[in-house]
Amino acid sequence: MTERLIEEPGRDVLLDIYRRANLIYQADERFRAMILGGQLQIIYYSPRGQEIVSAATMAALAPDDYLVTTYRGVHDQLAKGIPPRDLWAEFAGKAAGTCKGKGGPMHITHPETGVMVTTGIVGSGLPIANGLALASQLEGDGKVTVVCFGDAATNIGAFHESLNMAQIWRLPVIFLCQNNLYGEHTPQAMSTGCAEIIDRAIGYGIRGVQVNGNDAFAMYAAAREAVARARAGEGPTFIEAKTFRFFGHLLGDDSHYIPAEEMAAAKAADPIPAYRRALLDRQIPEAELDAIDAGIAATVEEAATSALAAGYPEPSEIRVDVLAGEIAA
Amino acid sequence: MNAETPVRATKMNFIQAINLGLDEAMAADRRVILMGEDIADDQGGGVFTVTRGLSAKYGAARVRSTPISEQAIVGAAVGAAIAGYRPVAEIMLMNFIAVAMDQVVNHAAKLRFMSGGQTHVPLVIRTATGAGVGFGGQHSDMLEAWFAHVPGLKVVTASNPADAKGLIRSCIEDDDPCIFIENTAAYGTSGPAPAPGYTVPLGRAAVAREGRDVTVIGYGAAIPHALAVAQAMQADGISVEVIDLRTIAPFDEAAVLVSVAKTGRAVVVHEAVRKFGVGAEISSLIHEHLFATLKAPVQRVGSAYAPVPFSPVLEKAFLYSRDDISAAILRTMGR
Repeated sequence: MTERLIEEPGRDVLLDIYRRANLIYQADERFRAMILGGQLQIIYYSPRGQEIVSAATMAALAPDDYLVTTYRGVHDQLAKGIPPRDLWAEFAGKAAGTCKGKGGPMHITHPETGVMVTTGIVGSGLPIANGLALASQLEGDGKVTVVCFGDAATNIGAFHESLNMAQIWRLPVIFLCQNNLYGEHTPQAMSTGCAEIIDRAIGYGIRGVQVNGNDAFAMYAAAREAVARARAGEGPTFIEAKTFRFFGHLLGDDSHYIPAEEMAAAKAADPIPAYRRALLDRQIPEAELDAIDAGIAATVEEAATSALAAGYPEPSEIRVDVLAGEIAA
Repeated sequence: MNAETPVRATKMNFIQAINLGLDEAMAADRRVILMGEDIADDQGGGVFTVTRGLSAKYGAARVRSTPISEQAIVGAAVGAAIAGYRPVAEIMLMNFIAVAMDQVVNHAAKLRFMSGGQTHVPLVIRTATGAGVGFGGQHSDMLEAWFAHVPGLKVVTASNPADAKGLIRSCIEDDDPCIFIENTAAYGTSGPAPAPGYTVPLGRAAVAREGRDVTVIGYGAAIPHALAVAQAMQADGISVEVIDLRTIAPFDEAAVLVSVAKTGRAVVVHEAVRKFGVGAEISSLIHEHLFATLKAPVQRVGSAYAPVPFSPVLEKAFLYSRDDISAAILRTMGR
């Protein structure tokens, strides 16, 4: 009997990742259709192409582990478990949304599923993730904090201050750089002095792992190892997950700055069908995957429909949640 | 009766008073943690020694010396606060908060609202500043108006050591983010020691001196100046009431309006640059509510429109003065 170097996740985990990834995939399709169809008026940062990074990472977390993410965060939020119905209502600015319509797509919070902060400021989630992890370390609650950000965030000061602080304090935090190779419209090579973003870990003495984020097996293994180390008090990990985004910086961006052959190659390696093929190769019945897809379709339909039908917040809500007490009219 | 009960000091300076407030808060609640540059005892207990002795008493896990990384310090305080802790971040000097403004303005101030009340950020940022000690342009600015203008933040400062102790405790217990401003020049100033357990509620002004003719409204280091002027003008037959706001934002509007309704005259005083300062907001409020009964336009006293200079001669030219306060009072009296 031969031992495998890396043990593959079990069937339940594989299907769990499939479910999370395809919820993102279908939700994104629907969001784009609704925006382009005029049913939703929002600035939208599509996660299409990055689904596996989130799905595999969140599958390696416990439900009460903390997540901090960024404006391109809907994949992280859905994968972490925010009910699509609540998320959709927030995207639509409705009172039934996760944040009562006060946050919107760029500021999703849902502590029930561990989603503590979504920031619209590049790099700003990292210092806050350290604080969540510090609380866990002091509390001894065993929770791990994952903070997601893009490659361009590694050029802002907060990134550097945060990796340094996390390492000197051995915080249970995972810095997950979803490297989609472009910061807004600028390619990595133009904006970043080092050839590989993972090399930045060296300067802070922090453990760094570079992984193909579109490979669910590699991504899950990297996340699982980082989570285990963090829980065991062995400190932070910086993961660079290589991926790609198919719909530019924001919806409506025609990606003219991305060479056509680069985009074509990325789409040919689309992680969603690739992962489905990987599961079929492992003798998971197609009918089972189809049934999961159908269930997700029903969930997305219900979420989208209910968000449109839901009511807007009362104008008087402007005076609530500014401070602990209501502001006088 | 415990024979070893220590004799309580009758006088206390700002450093001792704030230290006592932090000490009491840490003893009362294990979720109170301190973070900042050099704040643990091995690094000196803070550059102004305000946190001296606390790491020895509560441990280095709760009193954490940090790298010189203001964004990381305030961000860590935001994250820990969301997770249920009550962090007190020391940002050595107020100008350094400029480095961390993103965390203060975009995150600490707004997360309660943007999350629809699901999270809140009960942190305190302690920070020292003030002109008159020769620190020059980047270590002396009074920036309270910046923070007062951001919905979601509370801005607090004390005019005497007892209030400093009472206010820092209230800031730590408050569920909203508080900016607690300490005055560099005043740290060594002593005043009556606070009684054990003394706290000062946020949002509540104090009548520092009662008077009939004119109300002087201020906060922090302006109050001792206003009281000295009021005392001196007593001889000229002018009765000056002094209102110490204590909480700059949100300030005690009712206390201001009640006093000015009584006197019919008002002077607003602060060390911060006069233009676009907190005084403009207070002056406007008074005019909006009491225009018909005011005996004179509200006067504002503040420092000159310039960066804080280094040379003592220039620094004096920059700073507001007691003469400015008395001149403003006389203008409201038509003299």
